[in-house]
Amino acid sequence: MSVFSETVDWLTDSTHWSGDDGIPHRLIEHVGYTAETVAIASVIAIPLGLWIGHTGRFRTLAVALTGAMRALPTLGLLTGIVLFTGIGLTPALIALVVLAIPPLLAGAYSGLESVDRQTIDAARAIGMTEWQILTKVEIPLALSLIVGGVRSATLQVVATATVAAFVSLGGLGRYIIDGQAVRDYPQMAAGSVVVVALALVLDGIFAGLQRLALRSRPSLVPTSA
Amino acid sequence: MTWLFDNFDYVWSLTVRHVWLSAVPIVLGFVIALPIGWYANRHPRLRGTLLSAGSILYTIPSLPLFVIIPGIVGLGILSPLNVVIALTIYAVAIMVRSASDAFGSVSPAVLDSASAAGFSPVQRAFRVELPLAGPVLLAGLRVVSVSTVSLVSVGSLIGVNSLGSLFTDGYNRNFMTEIVIGVGATVVVALFFDLVLVVLGRVLLPWASASRPVRSTVTPMMSFAQHLRGGRV
Repeated sequence: MSVFSETVDWLTDSTHWSGDDGIPHRLIEHVGYTAETVAIASVIAIPLGLWIGHTGRFRTLAVALTGAMRALPTLGLLTGIVLFTGIGLTPALIALVVLAIPPLLAGAYSGLESVDRQTIDAARAIGMTEWQILTKVEIPLALSLIVGGVRSATLQVVATATVAAFVSLGGLGRYIIDGQAVRDYPQMAAGSVVVVALALVLDGIFAGLQRLALRSRPSLVPTSA
Repeated sequence: MTWLFDNFDYVWSLTVRHVWLSAVPIVLGFVIALPIGWYANRHPRLRGTLLSAGSILYTIPSLPLFVIIPGIVGLGILSPLNVVIALTIYAVAIMVRSASDAFGSVSPAVLDSASAAGFSPVQRAFRVELPLAGPVLLAGLRVVSVSTVSLVSVGSLIGVNSLGSLFTDGYNRNFMTEIVIGVGATVVVALFFDLVLVVLGRVLLPWASASRPVRSTVTPMMSFAQHLRGGRV
């Protein structure tokens, strides 16, 4: 009850809405880290995933790697990578890129795998080149799952960037880590509420994009998806 | 390595705590999600609502959830119960979908013949539906267990000790060995849970491993869906 009102008070206090430690600045930082790391990870992982999905090469390795990554505790990876590469902004961002890669990779290769083999054979039979098959058949049909990979990577990074406040990254996680240090629960709760809101909004946006990708499919054949 | 031998008691006590903090949410999540999933499978209209509710819950990042729960439930911020409750919520969120899929995978013809053979609805649910849903339930449970074991360590940031304490402590002391041992021990715990589940599956569902269906087009989709549901911080 009082905890709740204290949190609301914290959130509505105008001093918490300006300056470098204000909510708008922390929010922009958080979104910035997320956008930057997901973009870098996408450039690495999506082409690789498309190549794996198209050729079927190294598929087993990719499945095993993305599966194994799940078993690794993110906090361990984060602290390990940062300690290994040196404390500061860049090592934390490198760790976030590493953590964003598995869902993106999985989205790309399993997206292509979800495309009906007969459709691809038909495309090949009418004389499409491999490049045309990839860009005009496979990617459009798999787009929804590829976007799904970006969605999952984005949420992963939003969550991990919060944790990364522990390894001195900025962003919304600062409220939780700094609040914890001085036993200021309202600050921790308020920061948490903002992170949750950010995650839900981003998830909603990506859900919309996925639906859009599904609707723009070349044909509306019912699939198992 | 010497560090591990010198501090074996400490690492072992953290490992035991980690196992407890993981086991309770996994078991609770399964027990809570089972009836919900069964019900969802029966009522297609509710199914959509329940599954989206689950996926929204799963969208919430863990550290903020650990922080918010004591405010709602009224526990102290340092109570390990916060972590247990949060991880149970995630487990239920993942498991409801798995359970619903699992019961959906049971052939309606088999259920009809069970009714025709004189099974009461309750008998049918427990003696026909549940065992036949077993393999898919097990697959879901394995995903839940891996993600739960990995998430427990985040609790160390709000003072709930587990193997995650090796990460925070190792980082604060600039001591890589401790972090590496923490990662290794967490993986061992995750493998231990997975092994227990697989053995349980072999014992309780001996027919499941006998006839493996040939790889179908659904498999990559499922592996991806499972991936989406696993591996969140």
